[in-house]
Amino acid sequence: MDNLFDCLVIGGGVVGSAIARELSRYRLKIGVLEKNLDVCYETSGRNTAVIHGGFAYNTGSLKARFCVEGNRGMTKLADDLDFKFIRTGKVLIGNSEEDMASLKRTMAQGERNGVEGLTLIDGEKLHEMVPTVNGKFALWSPNSGIVDPFMYTIALAENAARNGVKYFLDNEVTAISHGTDGNYCVTTRRGVYHTRWVVNSAGLGCREISDMLGLTGYRVIFSKDHYIILDQRCGVDVPLPRYTVPSNTYMGIHVTPTVDGNVLVGPDAEERPALPRSAGSSAALYDVPQKNIDFLAEDASILWPHIHKKDYIRTYCGILPKWVDENGVIQDFKIEIRDDVAPRAVNLVGIESPGLTCAVPIARHVLDMMKEREPFEENPNFNGRRKGIRRFADMTDEERAEAIRQNPDYGELVCRCEKVSKAEILQAIHNPLGVETMTGIKYRTRSMMGRCQGGYCQMRVERMIEEEKGRRETEVLYNRQGSQVLFDKVREAQR
Amino acid sequence: MTDNIDVLIIGGGPAGLAAAVKLWDLGVHSLLVLEREKQLGGILRQCIHDGFGLTRFGTTLSGPEYAQRFIDEVRERNIPYITNAAVIGIKPQISGGSGGTSARQPGLRSPEGRAAFGWSAVSEQNAGRSVEAPELKLVTAATRDGLRKWQAKAVVLAMGCRERTRGALAIPGERPAGVFTAGVAQAYMNLYNRMPAREVVILGSGDIGMIMARRLTLEGAHVQAVFEVLPYPSGLPRNIEQCLNDYNIPLYLSHTVTNIHGSARLTAVTVSEVDSQMKPIPGTEKEYPCDTLILSVGLIPENELSLDAGVTLDGRTRGAEVDEFFQTSVPGIFSAGNVLHVHDLVDFVSLEAEALAESCARYLSSGLPECALNIVADKSVNHTVPMRISGSHDVPLSLRPSRPFRDCRVVARQGGVELASKPMKKAIPAEMIQMKIPAAKISASGDILVSIEAGVRASCPSEGD
Repeated sequence: MDNLFDCLVIGGGVVGSAIARELSRYRLKIGVLEKNLDVCYETSGRNTAVIHGGFAYNTGSLKARFCVEGNRGMTKLADDLDFKFIRTGKVLIGNSEEDMASLKRTMAQGERNGVEGLTLIDGEKLHEMVPTVNGKFALWSPNSGIVDPFMYTIALAENAARNGVKYFLDNEVTAISHGTDGNYCVTTRRGVYHTRWVVNSAGLGCREISDMLGLTGYRVIFSKDHYIILDQRCGVDVPLPRYTVPSNTYMGIHVTPTVDGNVLVGPDAEERPALPRSAGSSAALYDVPQKNIDFLAEDASILWPHIHKKDYIRTYCGILPKWVDENGVIQDFKIEIRDDVAPRAVNLVGIESPGLTCAVPIARHVLDMMKEREPFEENPNFNGRRKGIRRFADMTDEERAEAIRQNPDYGELVCRCEKVSKAEILQAIHNPLGVETMTGIKYRTRSMMGRCQGGYCQMRVERMIEEEKGRRETEVLYNRQGSQVLFDKVREAQR
Repeated sequence: MTDNIDVLIIGGGPAGLAAAVKLWDLGVHSLLVLEREKQLGGILRQCIHDGFGLTRFGTTLSGPEYAQRFIDEVRERNIPYITNAAVIGIKPQISGGSGGTSARQPGLRSPEGRAAFGWSAVSEQNAGRSVEAPELKLVTAATRDGLRKWQAKAVVLAMGCRERTRGALAIPGERPAGVFTAGVAQAYMNLYNRMPAREVVILGSGDIGMIMARRLTLEGAHVQAVFEVLPYPSGLPRNIEQCLNDYNIPLYLSHTVTNIHGSARLTAVTVSEVDSQMKPIPGTEKEYPCDTLILSVGLIPENELSLDAGVTLDGRTRGAEVDEFFQTSVPGIFSAGNVLHVHDLVDFVSLEAEALAESCARYLSSGLPECALNIVADKSVNHTVPMRISGSHDVPLSLRPSRPFRDCRVVARQGGVELASKPMKKAIPAEMIQMKIPAAKISASGDILVSIEAGVRASCPSEGD
């Protein structure tokens, strides 16, 4: 059977793409079925982008183990795959005796988990490190950091693709059957795929896919997190993430820098029993209500009293899938192969925060489980390194001069706010995954991501997609199917 | 390689071009205009409607026609300009060392006197080294021919403004395609020949929004309504008449968009009435099915380069804080047009840039007097330009009321003495007011307070205009 895959990964988020990349170390025919038109449209691209230390999770849990491991490996991973990761460190800020007791418990747990360098610091030291914050003392985690979540996910996916993994975008899985030949038949909205192994890394859809595999009974709830993004002007005052003292339920509203110097305020973690969906659509509902925006600004101002509406450049939200028991208590990551019910199916349920930190350790764990059951032959051609698009904005003037000498398109700035050149946009349009949405270009270049939100550059980017991909104006999409940007030409060209 | 130049003008729109022509005519020929787009003309290139030039040329022109008049003047004089050149940095430099021939310019005022205005440490260092030389500015631009650098004696900031976005307003709801600022929709239609809309709702009664209401209607889209959060319109009365009323497009004041629906393309917006504090009134929500939301909710002077150069901005205009010579807090850096404060008519942009050119020429030849008198606006006035004056010349003051007034008087006072006043039947935020303050009456010290003394406050200024 020619079109039989060795393994199909359902879901091309950060975890699915990390698994696909680990799989590509072996001589296997691998496919990724992704329901969206790009790889980071859901939880992987909608979070705080913090690489966690690993102190916040129960000792002995997969979350704790993978988080510590993922944190340790992030510097090398970011170097191998050429995405931005900054080990900023992080402070958990407290004021009361109760806070101090809680921080001491957190620190002890972190030490049990193997987290290195945790230190309690006094107010003086805190204000020396983060001058613009309110608080009396803090827990300092030197190994925590921040990442570009889009490019992290895209880099994993592109490196997987380069090593032979086939990405099938716009392929939402609708049914899975287990044939008499022992292979799986996976039906998507676009086709039917056959595979020996299947991996459920469907994130928000983990329970549906789990059910399709016959692994029923999981209870998954959803936490909807809202954020405000502040102008890069504010970034200079926020050198590292500052969190409140964590409660049992969630980490509190934080103020976090991004790798590009913006500031994130959030999240607020609204629990939902079912995945909220957009009206008349199966897509997740990513709305940001007014009350959440107001609450975020108000609540975070206690920690950092410098949040002003004039600095808002955008709001967004993300949703985390959480596996809970019958009492509603949030459980660890579930990663299983049930040989009795669904052999050669790796089932991942409730992969939520700190999934971004844990993606590669999760992927390695998945491979270990698979290799326990079947020997895989190494792929001698595997190359784990990837070079991303060189950014004009990140270059020195000397590098810029040289880049323009080599390619004059580097001297033509398309996006002024983020200083993105035509050369970068062109490279992004011709990306290895074949993504051609406006947001796809945005995530890959930061064009349309700055303070003018595409007011200056979006028309040029749209035109370049038309020209480079040979599309009609009506075929250019913003992000999803149906999200067409334009309806027509104003006038047909006169002859 | 760094070239030396007297004046570098950043931006080839109406302000930059007018400044260039005037500077040339005043004898400043070491001059260069840098424009980031492929053509000169700035935002006027996409403003294909008419109504430009009534004040300046006494005739009504389209945006491209108005721009062309200045482009022709630039070409007639062979004023050098570079298009496709995006300035990425302006740094005031310490001169004296490697500055080359232009580093010494006798007759210029020492920068020491500027310390009172909180000028940057750079100037103080410079003052210690060389009081004679003017501060040179290192300007860096990206072009297809390479990364270019100039050392300029003076820099003219003429970068214009950008539109306030949905994100800046934090309009709640989903993030579908189909939410455009008015200028983006205008660019798609008029520069790129692309139709971005069919069934349209417009938020904000800014001039571009109203002009786009007409433009979209003429091209076959259906504009359901324009909603304005304020109790009065933001745009000019003539646009309400010619762009909305003539096409039966209703304008609802004290309304705003409170939710945006659609996971892919926009499907509907929710609109609510707002109270006097501009808070949505619960229970007044109404859903408007549409595929496009056009935002015309304000313009913001684009001053990232100015901040980079150390220029102090004014909190209210969000443009540079300038003196009567349009000089910013950094000596030798000047600012005019929409990058300084948002204008309602391009004619005034040109005039302002020409006034700037005169000051800039004078700065180069003999230096400019100190401007130590602050102009202070009270709550009735949104802002004034300039913010500081010398007191030695008559000064034309530009200002905007903070709300509509009827039968009012604009007054400037210094220490209780009335310097100038202007009675007005009607004053609205959409229309900039200009008033001259005569030097003869100005004392050597004391802030000048500008206010609008109300007659009856207008509740609906659009009526009977």
